[in-house]
Amino acid sequence: MAFVAAISKRSSTVRGIKRPSTPYLLLIPGLSWLAMFFIFPLFTLASTSTQTAPEGADTGTYVQTFRLANYIDAFVASREQFLRSIIYALIATLLALAISYPLAYAIAFKSGKWKNLLLVLVVAPFFTSFLLRTIAWKQILGNEGPVVTVLRTLHVLGPQSGLTASAFAVVTGMTYNFLPFMTLPLYASLERIDPRTLEAASDLYANGLTTFRKVTFPLSLPGVVAGTLLTFIPAAGDYINATLLGNPKTKMIGNVIESRFFEIVDYPTAAALSFMLMAAILILVMAYVRRAGTDELV
Amino acid sequence: MKRWLSKNLIKIYAFLAFVYLFIPIAYTMAFSFNDAGKSNLTWRGFTFKNWQNPCGAPEVCTALGNSLKIGFIATLIATALGTMIAFALGRHRFRGRSTVNLLIFLPMATPEIVLGASLLAMFLNLGINPGFWPTVIAHVMFCISFVVVTVKARIASLDPKLEEAAMDLYATEVETFRRVTLPLVMPGIFGAALLAFSLSFDDFIITNFNSGTLTTFPKFVYISSARGIPAQANVIGSSMFLIALAIVLVGQFVSSRKNRV
Repeated sequence: MAFVAAISKRSSTVRGIKRPSTPYLLLIPGLSWLAMFFIFPLFTLASTSTQTAPEGADTGTYVQTFRLANYIDAFVASREQFLRSIIYALIATLLALAISYPLAYAIAFKSGKWKNLLLVLVVAPFFTSFLLRTIAWKQILGNEGPVVTVLRTLHVLGPQSGLTASAFAVVTGMTYNFLPFMTLPLYASLERIDPRTLEAASDLYANGLTTFRKVTFPLSLPGVVAGTLLTFIPAAGDYINATLLGNPKTKMIGNVIESRFFEIVDYPTAAALSFMLMAAILILVMAYVRRAGTDELV
Repeated sequence: MKRWLSKNLIKIYAFLAFVYLFIPIAYTMAFSFNDAGKSNLTWRGFTFKNWQNPCGAPEVCTALGNSLKIGFIATLIATALGTMIAFALGRHRFRGRSTVNLLIFLPMATPEIVLGASLLAMFLNLGINPGFWPTVIAHVMFCISFVVVTVKARIASLDPKLEEAAMDLYATEVETFRRVTLPLVMPGIFGAALLAFSLSFDDFIITNFNSGTLTTFPKFVYISSARGIPAQANVIGSSMFLIALAIVLVGQFVSSRKNRV
């Protein structure tokens, strides 16, 4: 009896030690970092976006005039690239989903003892540099590369036409480069499915397709949502694939922001475009998450 | 035949997906053995020269050194800060939780170009020149969220009974944390650090905005892509791949041995 009392007394003091301030102390350093170097810069960006160049000033000098029309000017000047970014990113996301879903499914349900090894192999290609991989694609799909040579011999491609410097190459590159962001969340949600629920479905006379449509897919939906978001977001803001694999007609909004910043030194337009990109993505994400009905993303 | 095909369709599909994943890696590796001279565009014969002298191309190793330094410092800071946040979220109830969750989610939902541009705009406004430390600051910022998510998942998978058992055996809260909780969470922290390092090492967009004249490895590859990348860059890319693969495989082996005991 005394022993039990001692334990309960002890555990109550242990609970008592747990000060309510502990979580805040743990949060302060990391959140301050994010406040200083993520939130505060966004305000700086907002302030930059409404500045204008004073009459006769040097390049790169801007003063605050709260000119909201900067946003309209910026949008009108580059709406084509804006739209293109969203479309390319959407296509790349859908392609990545089509490639990743069966892959994640096979690893989760059909791989047996090789599961962990296969999972490592999914991530492994991404330890070589992102840029080296993109350049490898550029050379594989390039005019002297194996793919074009074969296609030209088979007369699928004419002797003058190629694959790189095209929208096709840009979307291919984006699909490849963001693939693990799709595969890993899909795998995580598929792996969590209790195989007994699938057995139950087949016990209730559901065939393979019906089981997938009514049980597996709905249960994997959080992974689909997380994966599509993690692919779409970086794809929409990317400009590496468009630079290395595209042509002037495949420029994306990232290219415009980059060149406004560094080549034209037009900070206000670059800032306004960045904000619009962020807003566009957040609106799409919110609408999508609401439709898919999953709140817990992180 | 038809039955076999339909039964194994998904495995064939997965195999093809793996082939697709490894095509550029195989290419990069093969061309690290190319007797390339100045431009590594076409195959000119097999050689070990590039592997024997990876620093042979000017600037490759300077760039690599910068990337490693930035990666190590950023990983250390981001892992420490992120792990603390993960413990706060995973082990404590407090007011403002959902705001914290949102603040962790937002950097991941923001395109890199916006993160990079906004930080550079701030540095320019404050009169700070881009360079080594601004790059480290930027890398820590975008790595924290990934560390939090990874470590939090590990904490959530722990059985709370283990900690209760430790407390029942008269361990103080500090002892329980140090001898039970922390060792159990360690694989998650290690995985998060590995993820942070690879994100930092591979980052180009944010680095390009905040590094000024400093060259990192991805920046070096980008700049030299116009006039041909030296084969030594392929050597470094291939080595990073092999090293990372080895670390992950050893980690898997160790953890599977531990589970068996």
